[in-house]
Parts: sequence; C-alpha cells; structure tokens
Amino acid sequence: MNILVCISQVPDTTTKIAIGADGASMNPAGVKFILNPYDEFAIEAGLRLKEQHGGTVTTMTVGPETSKEVLRTALAMGSDTAVIVKDASRGDSFVVASAIAEYATELAPDVIIFGRQSIDFDSFALPSMVAEMLGWPDVSTVSSLSIESGTVTADSDIEGGRQHVTATLPCVISAQKGLYDPRYPKLPDIMKAKSKPIAEREPSSAQPRVAAVSMNLPESKRLNKVFTDSDADIHELVRLLHEEAKVI
Amino acid sequence: MSILVVLEPGSDGLKRTSYETVGAALSISGGAPVHGIAFGASNDQISSAGRYGLASCMSVTGPEWQSAPSAMIAAAIADAARSVGAATVLFAANAFGKAIAPRVAVRLEAGLLADCVELTSNGAGVQAVRPVFSGKARIHVSATTATTVATLRPNVFTAKATSESTVQIQAFTPTSHVGVRSAQVTGVSKNEGTMDVSEADIIVSGGRGLKGPEHFNLVEDLAKSLGAAVGASRAVVDAGWRPHREQVGQTGKTVSPTMYVACGISGAVQHLAGMSSSKIIVAVNKDKDAPIFTVADYGIVGDVFEVLPRLTSAISSVTGKN
Repeated sequence: MNILVCISQVPDTTTKIAIGADGASMNPAGVKFILNPYDEFAIEAGLRLKEQHGGTVTTMTVGPETSKEVLRTALAMGSDTAVIVKDASRGDSFVVASAIAEYATELAPDVIIFGRQSIDFDSFALPSMVAEMLGWPDVSTVSSLSIESGTVTADSDIEGGRQHVTATLPCVISAQKGLYDPRYPKLPDIMKAKSKPIAEREPSSAQPRVAAVSMNLPESKRLNKVFTDSDADIHELVRLLHEEAKVI
Repeated sequence: MSILVVLEPGSDGLKRTSYETVGAALSISGGAPVHGIAFGASNDQISSAGRYGLASCMSVTGPEWQSAPSAMIAAAIADAARSVGAATVLFAANAFGKAIAPRVAVRLEAGLLADCVELTSNGAGVQAVRPVFSGKARIHVSATTATTVATLRPNVFTAKATSESTVQIQAFTPTSHVGVRSAQVTGVSKNEGTMDVSEADIIVSGGRGLKGPEHFNLVEDLAKSLGAAVGASRAVVDAGWRPHREQVGQTGKTVSPTMYVACGISGAVQHLAGMSSSKIIVAVNKDKDAPIFTVADYGIVGDVFEVLPRLTSAISSVTGKN
C-alpha cells in the first residue's frame, strides 16, 4: 500500500503573533515553528498502515524552505521519502490543495492522510478539497481506522457522536486526535534523517482564490469583573449574570 | 445575485445553526433573493425557517439522500447553486459544513472563507472576518472569484425571528452526483445521555483544579443548575479523567456558547483558542493571576471546592434547576 502523508509547519501555539508590514499577514520574525500537532497522528497512521500492508510512506509539505524541518521529523519517525513543494505564500487553501492533487496524480498513492486541521488557519479545507479535485471519497476527523482488501472502515467524529463510514481505495483520510499515539523518533533516526534527501517540486500554477485584506490583533472587550469567594460576592455575581448579562 | 443557504434537519425543525445561517444571509443580501437547500428534510422542518425570514427552499428527498455521503451532497449543492445563480453559498461550520463546503468550492471554482465570525457585503462582494492563530489574530478575507463559499461559526450569527412567512418549497432533483465516488455512511453512534459541547448554549468546563475525576460531580452539578453541557480542559482529558469528546480547545472542540464557565482551568492559549469567542465567560480559579481571568467577564478568585457548591445553589435559586 502506498501512502502519501501531507503535513504542515505552523507557529507554535504559545508564540506571540505580530502583524507583518503588509498589514494582512503574520510577521514570521522571531516566531517558533512546529509540526502541526494533528499531523503527528497522520504520520503515525501512515506508518501503521505500512507496517500492516507493506508499501511506502511518502510525506509532503507545501511551504517555504524552512518547513523542511517538519519533513525531517517525518523521516525520523519512519517515512521513506519526503517532498517539499516550494511555496512562500503560506497559504491559500486552493493553491495548496492543487499542489497536493497534482503530486498525488503523479504518485498515484492508495491513500492520502492529513491531520484534521492545521492550527494556524484552521480552515479544515484541504482533505476534502484534494479529494474533490481527484474525484476520490474522503473520511474526515477519523478516530478509528482499518483498511482490508481495498476497503476503508472508519469512525468519523461528528457533533454528539460518530459516523461509521466505509469507502473504497483510493481514498483521503483526515486524522483526529487519539487515532493513534504518535511514536517518538529515536536519536539515531533523528541523526540519519538530517542527511536524507528531500525532493523539491515547483509550486502549482493555481492562482489564489481568497485574498487577505487585513489582519489585526483582537482587542479584549471583556468586563473583567473579579469577585472574592464570599457568599455576598457569589450572590452578586449570580445577580449580574441574571440582570446584567441576562444569561440565566 | 442570489444567496444559497444549506439547511440541515434537526430534532425539532431545522438545526439552530441553519436558522443562524438564514439570518446571516438576510443580513448581507441587500434585498437579493435568499434560497435554501435541504436534504432529507420534511416540509414541516423546512417551513420552520419561515419564522426567520426564509422565503424559498429547494428540497432534495428520496432514500439515497438519507445520510448521503459528502461528495454526493456537494455535487447536488453545486447544481442547486448554478440553478439559482447564487453568488454566495453559506454553510454552518459544523462537521457537515466543514466536510462539504470545500468540495462545493472546488466545483464552483469559488473562494472558500472558513469558520467566519463576521460577514459583510459591500455590493462588490462578501467580506468575512475569521479568527486565526488560535484566536490570537483576526483576518479579514474576501474571495477573488465570482462565487464565494463560506462556513459560519455556530452560535455567533443571530437568527432574527420575523413575522411568520411562508417558505415556497420546490422539489429539486440533482443530476451531477451520478457516478461520483463516495464514502458510505453505514451507521451513527450517539453519545447517549450527554449534551455535546459544540451544540450547547451554556458550557461548564472543569480543569486540573478539580484534582481528580471523582470531583467532577461539582462541575456536573453546576452544569445541571444551568441546563449546561459539561466540558473539559486538555489536561484532564489527557489524564483520562474525562472523554475526548468533552475537550474544549485546540486539540478538542471550538465552541461559542452564550455562557462559558471555566472551573479550575488556568487558561492556557490552547484552551482559549477553543472558547474565546463565547459571549459571556465566567472563571473560577484560586490563582488570581491565572490567564483565564484576562478573558473573563466575571471571575471568582477562590477554591473550586469551596465556591462551586455555593455557586450551584445560588444559581439554582434563580433558574429553578438542580
């Protein structure tokens, strides 16, 4: 079974965000970047499928030169090969999905695995966009997965429960937290991954379909009324929830 | 240029998020027609949207459309959008909308604006605001294409009740879905007996301050007094105290309830990312410097073990629930 895992590099959640000079993007200076947390589950799912069925795991990312770092992590975890599509624009979903679909058309994998969402722009868009471009089925937010004789059986998390879904290969899957516990790469593998080749591809010729007009930092409009734990204060808080906020 | 809103049948009428989507469409329509489309909904369910100003809806029915897969539904929605000349297609940003909207955007060669919290129209097109980087920034976006597809964060947009209008319902028979390779839904398991945080109007969440799973009854009791769902921080889910479905935050669910009550939760950025768009935030924490207080409207500095039982009884005396 040949598996394509798509991952991305994102700003660390705890990093401070500053607005770039264009007023519509993040200033990357001084920002710590990490492997998108959901992509760890995607890589692990790819490796487990290879362990069960044989084949190869190819990991790809679409981003600037510096995002090769996340590919090195995937190689250290056990991915066979790694591919970067050079794209410094950081992000139009349609452009990124086009780059992935174009590569997938050449590679012809049996399954493409994503993390459920990337935590920078949280669009939840890529898995089903890529599936639509390829004419494949997709199963999103997968919390349990098995593939036997070309048939995918999976649970997909929805509001208030889960859907049980089947699909035939080739298929796109997006991994939910807890699908598998991601393995920690071992030190010798981390060292070896540093010298492994990373194939490079030119960006897709697709044009962005969404324009960022501006970006700003939200101003807190919270009331910040703080009380002690005295009975009088607790009753005052409940009165305010009832009469001022009108939420009870 | 008209607007198409995608509606979902719910347990009583349509889902609340569907009425919100109708409300958002009317707020930007500038008088242009707003059409609905619903799959596997009864005429009674569709008619319930008349109260929120919907005047026209396409209805797709038949056995193959009961829990139809996303690829099939996306093809049908794109058909419908073309048939009414829709320049904008709106979904709720729930599991259904997130799975289908990207496919519809590809089919309509449209820009996708995902998880929007504000929507405006200036005549030239639709502009949206969406939180990015865990809610630490907001980005104003618009599509560069003739058609815009957008998903709207649940419980952020207002469904305004108007004088009861009659929804003109037309049966719609899509054609493009034939031959589309799709995943098949073979069944659904509901989390019995619990209200889902992503659909709740009020959420009471507990964190590490509860010191152990055996103390979550304090959170559950407060939730009962408010008719609220129970949520949890990542720390207590990772520790195995509570199930992952209750987790609010970056690797859990993003919620915007009318009121969010955080009990014994310090307020790490990962948690704030999932709840900072709540309308009213209440925090109970013994550490007065906990970051949760910076996003709270109302806070009590105190031990959850001391505060929660008294807060529960004070709230019960107002709500009559216990």
